[in-house]
Amino acid sequence: MSNISLLEIDGISKSYPGVIANENVKFTIKTGEIHALLGENGAGKSTLVKTIYGLVKPDKGLMKLNGNLYSPNEPRDARSCGVAMVFQHFSLFNALTVAENIALGMESSPRIDRLSSKIETISIEYGLPINPEKMVGSLSAGEQQRVEIIRCLLQNPKLLIMDEPTSVLTPNEIKTLFSTLKKLKREGTSILYISHKLEDIRSICDTATILRGGKNVGTCDPKKENVRNIAEMMIGETIKIPKKKSTISKLIALEVDCLNWVPRDSSQKQLKNISFKLLKGEILGIGGVAGNGQDELTEILSGEVLSNKNTIRLFDNPIGDIGINKRRLLGLLTAPEERLGHAAIPDMDLIENTNLTAHTREKLVKKSGIIDWRKTQEFAKNIIKEFDVRTPNAKVAAGSLSGGNLQKFVIGREVLQKPVVFIVNQPTWGVDAAAASSIRQAILDLASTGSAVIIISQDLDELLELTDNFMAINSGEMSQKINTQGLTVDEIGLMIGGTGTYWKRHD
Amino acid sequence: MDFFTLNPVALLASLMIAATPIMLAAIGELVVEKSGVLNLGVEGMMIVGAVCGFITAVETGSAWFGLLGAALGGILISSIFAFLTQVLLANQVASGLALTLFGLGVSAMIGNGYTGIKPPGFNTVNIPLLSDLPFIGPAILSHDPIVYIGILLVILVWYFLNKTKNGLVLRAVGENHDAAHALGYKVIWIRFSAILFGGMCAGLGGAYLSLVRVPQWTEGMTAGAGWIALAIVVFASWKPYRLILGAYLFGGVSIIQLNLQALGVEIGIAYLSMAPYLVTIIVLVMISSNHLRSSANAPGSLGRIFHASQ
Amino acid sequence: MIRLEKRLQPSKKWTSITPFLAVLATMFVGGIMFWALGQDPIEAIRIIFWDPLFNPQFASYARPQILVKAGPLVLIALGLSLGFRANIWNIGAEGQYIIGAICGAGVGLAFYPSEGWFIFPLMVIAGALGGFLWAMIPAILKIKFNTNEILVSLMLVYVAEKILISVSLGLMRNPEGGGFPGSRNLQYYKAASNPELISGTGMHWGVLVAIALTCLTYIMLTKHTLGFQIKISGQSNKAARFSGTNPSIITAICLGVSGALAGLAGLFEVSGPSGQISIDFNVGYGFTAIIVAFLGRLNPFGILLAGLLMALTYIGGELAQFMLGLPAAAIQAFQGMLLFFLLAGDILTNYQPKFTYKKRL
Repeated sequence: MSNISLLEIDGISKSYPGVIANENVKFTIKTGEIHALLGENGAGKSTLVKTIYGLVKPDKGLMKLNGNLYSPNEPRDARSCGVAMVFQHFSLFNALTVAENIALGMESSPRIDRLSSKIETISIEYGLPINPEKMVGSLSAGEQQRVEIIRCLLQNPKLLIMDEPTSVLTPNEIKTLFSTLKKLKREGTSILYISHKLEDIRSICDTATILRGGKNVGTCDPKKENVRNIAEMMIGETIKIPKKKSTISKLIALEVDCLNWVPRDSSQKQLKNISFKLLKGEILGIGGVAGNGQDELTEILSGEVLSNKNTIRLFDNPIGDIGINKRRLLGLLTAPEERLGHAAIPDMDLIENTNLTAHTREKLVKKSGIIDWRKTQEFAKNIIKEFDVRTPNAKVAAGSLSGGNLQKFVIGREVLQKPVVFIVNQPTWGVDAAAASSIRQAILDLASTGSAVIIISQDLDELLELTDNFMAINSGEMSQKINTQGLTVDEIGLMIGGTGTYWKRHD
Repeated sequence: MDFFTLNPVALLASLMIAATPIMLAAIGELVVEKSGVLNLGVEGMMIVGAVCGFITAVETGSAWFGLLGAALGGILISSIFAFLTQVLLANQVASGLALTLFGLGVSAMIGNGYTGIKPPGFNTVNIPLLSDLPFIGPAILSHDPIVYIGILLVILVWYFLNKTKNGLVLRAVGENHDAAHALGYKVIWIRFSAILFGGMCAGLGGAYLSLVRVPQWTEGMTAGAGWIALAIVVFASWKPYRLILGAYLFGGVSIIQLNLQALGVEIGIAYLSMAPYLVTIIVLVMISSNHLRSSANAPGSLGRIFHASQ
Repeated sequence: MIRLEKRLQPSKKWTSITPFLAVLATMFVGGIMFWALGQDPIEAIRIIFWDPLFNPQFASYARPQILVKAGPLVLIALGLSLGFRANIWNIGAEGQYIIGAICGAGVGLAFYPSEGWFIFPLMVIAGALGGFLWAMIPAILKIKFNTNEILVSLMLVYVAEKILISVSLGLMRNPEGGGFPGSRNLQYYKAASNPELISGTGMHWGVLVAIALTCLTYIMLTKHTLGFQIKISGQSNKAARFSGTNPSIITAICLGVSGALAGLAGLFEVSGPSGQISIDFNVGYGFTAIIVAFLGRLNPFGILLAGLLMALTYIGGELAQFMLGLPAAAIQAFQGMLLFFLLAGDILTNYQPKFTYKKRL
């Protein structure tokens, strides 16, 4: 790593209506440096990166690339200046070959056969084995990422931005990726590495810039700095482990036993050997970066996807093969991650959305099949009142509510049905602080009345604050269940990253 | 049934003629669907092409000008569909059906007064030496030029889609329009062009009916050929070379039926004429039940509306 | 520069206005088309839209015909609208109509020449059953193999037409018909006929059933859980599954019901206004009903009005053919245009035009 600066970020600021995304951010990336950009969700990382890649124009501040003023108007400008980016969500075409995909991502691509041999050369050189003739749809996530990387490398970038690169990789694939990055570094290419996985960052990054609330709160050497300090810089305060009143009884409310599930769709994660017990009154947290099997697990628990009879037991009742509405009758309710399009229908109003899930448990439909709309409306109004959903009335479309209000409605709808087991996936993601806090309180209150709750979340704060016990989910497998009390942030970070003492891997 | 009274030369020749109009319409629709758009209005575009081609040929005295008129007519009417679905983001199924109805009606209105007229024709192609070859000569090599244009067009489309960058981009747009947009490709513009190309081809196919196959103008003369063209695209799994096979199969059944009728075979003619449609259904089931194949061939974004949300 | 921004919720105002605007636009552009072809545009539009209703010379004949034509259109469109709401596209209603007519007429003719009150009801059941079974073919293929119902139902229209030809010439040919193709005329077979119930209005059983079903469909869609499940299936597959709706059942019901209603329409038509099974029995109601469904915004009462409007265009078209020498198929241009303008206007229901100015930095 030299001392020449490649990219200077000088006082970048950007606001959107209601939120300051970046505020006076200043740091420098040197040539041949692997520079980490750390921060929680909402800290401003993606806005900053979009600015660097030309997707967003800053309100204030400037950037310099190799000493020259750098202000790209679109990604094409960024690419022509030597800045390339591998997004977290790939822009790939499943039905086309690797070579065709790469050709599509290049400005002026050579003929396909010449390109194929170039691809092979680069893939061997950088240790990213890939067959140019294979269909991208048949590749694993790690291999697909290689396609994206090779696409970038063919343009000889000076700066390679990687957004959450290891979120979809197996441990072996992570090793391969890191050796590639090290080679690039030796050749003088800089890498801007965005992640929240402390373990990864410590193993490969030279410098780390930490964002919180849109500001740069510190730059450090992650190898030398104490993990706890880094976590505190990211989260902002000394971690207080709250003392929670334990309401856990000895009764097993929900038991999952050796759940194995193979998806039909290659975009879904396979679940391997998941087992745990959930006690009455317990709040269990399942932590993990999105895309590690959380959605699949939620759908199997809810009943949208069926499994073996005995794999899931509710108060010792085997329910693995019964449908979602029968589970609702028995008291198992869920709130999925996707609010619009799954938990609620955007173009329908709140009354209709109430009927969407509450029809069984709240007996909103008579034996004849006629819907009691008045009763439904009463329930909807109740939800709006109890959960402080800011809306002029119940007749507005769900899609017109703000994120926080919609989430309050979705969670309120399930909580007011008095579930015995409640599973919620990402309860406060993208929700404003006030709504988030009332949602968390509602979950605590629910557990104190005796319901068993599972919170699946990416928010470490939330998991530490609310849960009695904690498990991590990674690549479709789950760690051991441990008591949240006394858990440290780095331990959680390691667990979420799939490593550490609480994992028993079956390789 | 006496096979020797069946004239194989005449059979093959009439097969090529029967296949040409639906092959033309189908190759155009194949390109449209490869770009991710489902245009059910092929029937309407074909018949507009038929009437425009007919009128242009009669008024100018030249069948070639007639072809040009047909192509323009097809392009014009398909532009309505393109505008509705790509700019106004309308439902593709409904728009296509509206196009069919509109085309059928408009062609009847314009063509009123042109019935019973014989149009100028094409000179049959006469390649020295080759056209005189026994069997192959009269069967394959002595047709009107459009038969060969049709086959050439299929080959050109195959080359375009598989060997050129622009063809690759079109396939990408049909496969995943969001990713294509993220990479900076102009999805709407590409689809618009594809739809116009499809209109041109359907127009040519229709003109073949009114200028060569029949040759006459009657309202509704396409008699479902446009719908068959749609079926052929699916039958072909969106692959150009299989499209030729499909066109010959469908064209073939009607020819065989006529021949059998002439031979005095009475196997419920109506049932034989059902065969192409039943075969298409069977093929559709086979394709869709085989997940891997269908997902590798049906353009991923087929029928979905693209709206660039910024 | 005009940019289109998706609305937070669909505009109710525009949903109700666009059909009327579409009609006006069609009249306007249709008039221009007539003018381009050398006809007097005002006269032509008047003949199509006004005369059948109000011109004393034609109205007494034309008005009842409107109900005759609207009956099957509304009946079929009601069934189709259920599927369309759930993103299930039954394009083959024409085929289900034919098969329903054949089955119903077949049952009736099987009883000839006996009289009995039970014959007509049996025919009705047969008609509905025939259409239902014909529609279950694409339904089962979709459920089991995920085969596209658009193409399957469409191919079956052609198969049905071939069957129609076959039975007209063979199985159901009138033995006393002098060798001509076509079945016995059911209008003369009292027990099997579907006569005009109130003379001069064109109202037959089919029309009554259509009106009754309009109300029933409305109730079902707004108050019954099946209607709710159909609606959510069309909005979001994931949400429908989350609600516990079984997509296969919805597919079967939507296709089955629309098939049954199309078959019913066929039965009422063959035993009523049309009279016999013949080679050209079907006149495209199954396809026009698709337009009626869209024009009526998939709303039962909207469909009723749209059906009447479409029927008016049919009658007007016939009148124009008679008075102006307009070819019979020409009216389809109008019907196609109506749908075009409706679809075009739809953009305003779901998107808001925003005017932006390019910022110069």
